[in-house]
Amino acid sequence: MKKIALAAALATTLAGATFAAQNVAINGAGATFPAPIYQKWFAEYNKLHPTVRINYQPLGSGAGIRQVTERTVFFGATDGPMTDEQLKGAPGILHLPTVLGGVVPIYNVPGVTQELKFSGPVLANIFLGKIKKWNDPALTALNPGVNLPGSDIVVAHRSDGSGTTYIWLDYLAKVSPEFKKTVGVGTSAKWPVGVAAAKNDGVAAIVKQTPGALGYVELIFAIQTKTAYGSVQNASGKFVKASIESVTAAAAAAAKAMPADYRVSITNAAGDTVYPVASFTWMLLYQDPKDKAQSKAMVDFMKWALTDGQKFAAAMGYSPLPKNVVDMEMKTLATVKVQ
Amino acid sequence: MSRFDDLGFRAGTGLFGVLIIAVVIGIAGVLYTDSTAAISKFGWQFWQTDTWDPIAGDFGARPFIWGTLYSSVLALIIAGPIALGIAIYISELCPAWLQRPLVFLTELLAAIPSIVYGLWGIFVLVPFVRQLEAGTPEWMKALPLFSGPPLGLGMLSAAVLLAIMIVPFSSSVAREVLRAVPQAQREGAYALGATRWEAIRMALFYARTGIVGSIMLGFGRALGETMAVTMVIGNTPQISTSLYAPQYTMAAVIANEFAEAADELHLHALVEIGLVLFVITLVVNVASRAFIWSLGRQARPRRARHATAPAAEPA
Amino acid sequence: MRTSYRKFMSHLVVALCAGAVLLALVPLAFILFYVIKQGVTAINWNFFTQMPAQIGDPGGGMANGIVGSLIVTGLGALFAIPIGITAGVYASEYRGTRLASAIRFAADTLNGVPSIVIGVFAYGVAVLPFHHFSAAAGGFALGVMMLPLVMRTTEELLLLVPASLREGALALGATRARAVFTVVLPAALPGIITGVLLALARVAGETAPLLFTSLNNAYFSTDPGQPISTLTVQVYTFATSPYPEWHQQAWAGALVLVTMVFTTSVLARVATARMERMQRGS
Repeated sequence: MKKIALAAALATTLAGATFAAQNVAINGAGATFPAPIYQKWFAEYNKLHPTVRINYQPLGSGAGIRQVTERTVFFGATDGPMTDEQLKGAPGILHLPTVLGGVVPIYNVPGVTQELKFSGPVLANIFLGKIKKWNDPALTALNPGVNLPGSDIVVAHRSDGSGTTYIWLDYLAKVSPEFKKTVGVGTSAKWPVGVAAAKNDGVAAIVKQTPGALGYVELIFAIQTKTAYGSVQNASGKFVKASIESVTAAAAAAAKAMPADYRVSITNAAGDTVYPVASFTWMLLYQDPKDKAQSKAMVDFMKWALTDGQKFAAAMGYSPLPKNVVDMEMKTLATVKVQ
Repeated sequence: MSRFDDLGFRAGTGLFGVLIIAVVIGIAGVLYTDSTAAISKFGWQFWQTDTWDPIAGDFGARPFIWGTLYSSVLALIIAGPIALGIAIYISELCPAWLQRPLVFLTELLAAIPSIVYGLWGIFVLVPFVRQLEAGTPEWMKALPLFSGPPLGLGMLSAAVLLAIMIVPFSSSVAREVLRAVPQAQREGAYALGATRWEAIRMALFYARTGIVGSIMLGFGRALGETMAVTMVIGNTPQISTSLYAPQYTMAAVIANEFAEAADELHLHALVEIGLVLFVITLVVNVASRAFIWSLGRQARPRRARHATAPAAEPA
Repeated sequence: MRTSYRKFMSHLVVALCAGAVLLALVPLAFILFYVIKQGVTAINWNFFTQMPAQIGDPGGGMANGIVGSLIVTGLGALFAIPIGITAGVYASEYRGTRLASAIRFAADTLNGVPSIVIGVFAYGVAVLPFHHFSAAAGGFALGVMMLPLVMRTTEELLLLVPASLREGALALGATRARAVFTVVLPAALPGIITGVLLALARVAGETAPLLFTSLNNAYFSTDPGQPISTLTVQVYTFATSPYPEWHQQAWAGALVLVTMVFTTSVLARVATARMERMQRGS
């Protein structure tokens, strides 16, 4: 009995190890913002190349940055670009944009079926705790004809280090100087009000389950959970809902003037059709990693993701990258050491 | 020849024992070395400030201590009497045939994994509590204890869930403690015409230190509970006496932020919280075990005297 | 005090205590009822053989999580059993020594350490230096949690073995090592096995220490050097998601987990009772 158990244990370990020897298993962690498209990509890529298994764990952008810095994972993913301070801890790391997405205000207001309009300053004041009720004059002014109740607004935000948070705070700081001073911009914050949950999934879950809740998530999470999301007033004064077109429009200006390290913010961009809370999302790869087999596999994957992979993006509500950004990236990928 | 064998045996097995000690010291060591940046920067201020601001690099852990203590004390208030009641019933009152099934059932409660409690908490307890909170009469809502929007997620859900989790733990230890009360004591009480309650009261008084110890052990367990709590408490670092307010515990903040604290100070601040959690649970557990052992020592001499001079022992 | 008052108080207390028992059993029934009711609809053959489905795709299972939990718990046992049993032997053989007291104190302390703190420790010791999340690191964390349980069970059961057995072996000329390992330990084995199985059941349900050691894995993996999916972490991920299909899967996972834990506990006691009867017979 004991011998059989021992033999079984040895066999399983050997089987596992043998797989590892023949195939490439890569581990990555990071943002939940692009997690749905990344997981689709890795699954599709694995179908095309069965020997490459990329295991991505959506833990939040903060985790992606930290784990790739400590090299406990091979690649990271974030929607909040690394700060200069963080870059010092990870010498040789590259930011590589993969798709564009938008962060939307999701809400659960019982009795309200119409789509709500929000402006930047109003959202900032809600998240500062200055606007407390749904029928506050600022909200009713933006939404005439909608019967907003007098109940409390339950603000929902992230409890973990999040690029989605970064994008949201980046936008609010641009439209509200008070918000910038009181809260600031980062992957986590000292939130003046609200309940917290981990990951985009968690915030979506809270909003869906709590009457009167208002939160922020990446567009795909609102669509997949069938939660109502509102339009946001952009820099030109128009109320725009997040969509592939409006997010693509947000990146138009930045695409023409993309910095070499790809760290750029496109929130509150100018333009009539622009969605103001949009952002690139980045993969974090080392230029000269130790494991060259994994490096080659990742570079090949990235090349596929930037070309064939982009067509999966639209089906999931993400905007594909502008062409000149893709061209720039291909050149950057060529500098990554694969042997 | 055999002396060396015995020496080898002693050294060999002793080494493995030392390994366990090494693990404990290792835990304390790792916790200390990975928190030095936060300790040196904040010192005692860490435990007196309320701001938890990862962007500004300003960390104060008072809300977490508050959340941990408040939730555990509340859980104890709810669970203590129940655990005691169960212990008394099983050890003193129930018919013999019922004892084993009841013990089995309470141990079943203890065997349910924490994540399952959390799952049940999110989908069953929290909506129920939310309805309860929404239905609170206005005069109660005015009290600070019941103020705040009806979220469901918050201190009340966490305390109730914790209470359910620690009941089997405390009650099984209390049961053991009551078993250590010498039968002679009970017989003496009945011989003097005591009712069942009076005999139980005497046993409780006799075993009081052990009972306190069993309650404290439950408290220690509640202090460290992570998964179930973080799924229902709302995860907001604020100090509030309201049962309806979402709050945060030390274990929950570590679970949520540890994997991703992207800068060293944040990470060290979290590990420092872990270090303090380690020390607090250590102190509570040691104290509770001391209480329980002292009962054992109290019981033994009497039994010895009883064995040698039954007639001389006063009832 | 009047007799009728005293009698009333006595009856009241009896009723309250019985009430306490019922009060504790109510949540037990509630929780088990919900887990079974919600989970059973998603349990089918697929659940045990398939990977989790993508968001939006129905079905799928937790095959990788179930196997992963078994592997990680098994690795933990591999760590905890040799160390725990041997340390327990020392603590019982050399009872009065200071080292034995220190070991006992350390084990009791370890038992009370919150599982999240053990996770932090395991991250610092088994993940960071190797730059790798791994099933082995998760196994190490669980093993550390099992250590005190195994050690204490071994110690207490060895003490229960009648002294005559040990003395008889020694009288026949056996060394202490031989006496303990070939005579005393086997006599205590049924109880020790119960203890080990109970410890396994206890740690198989842990989530917190696995969050930053074995992480999670989207694929089916048995490699101890790679991250691995476990039932508990998977249930946590699905439970905190906003998708109803995943919530269903979470309940199913919880049902499987609870069944595994309960069956192990019950089997442990039944097997022990049987072994004891056999031993007494021979």
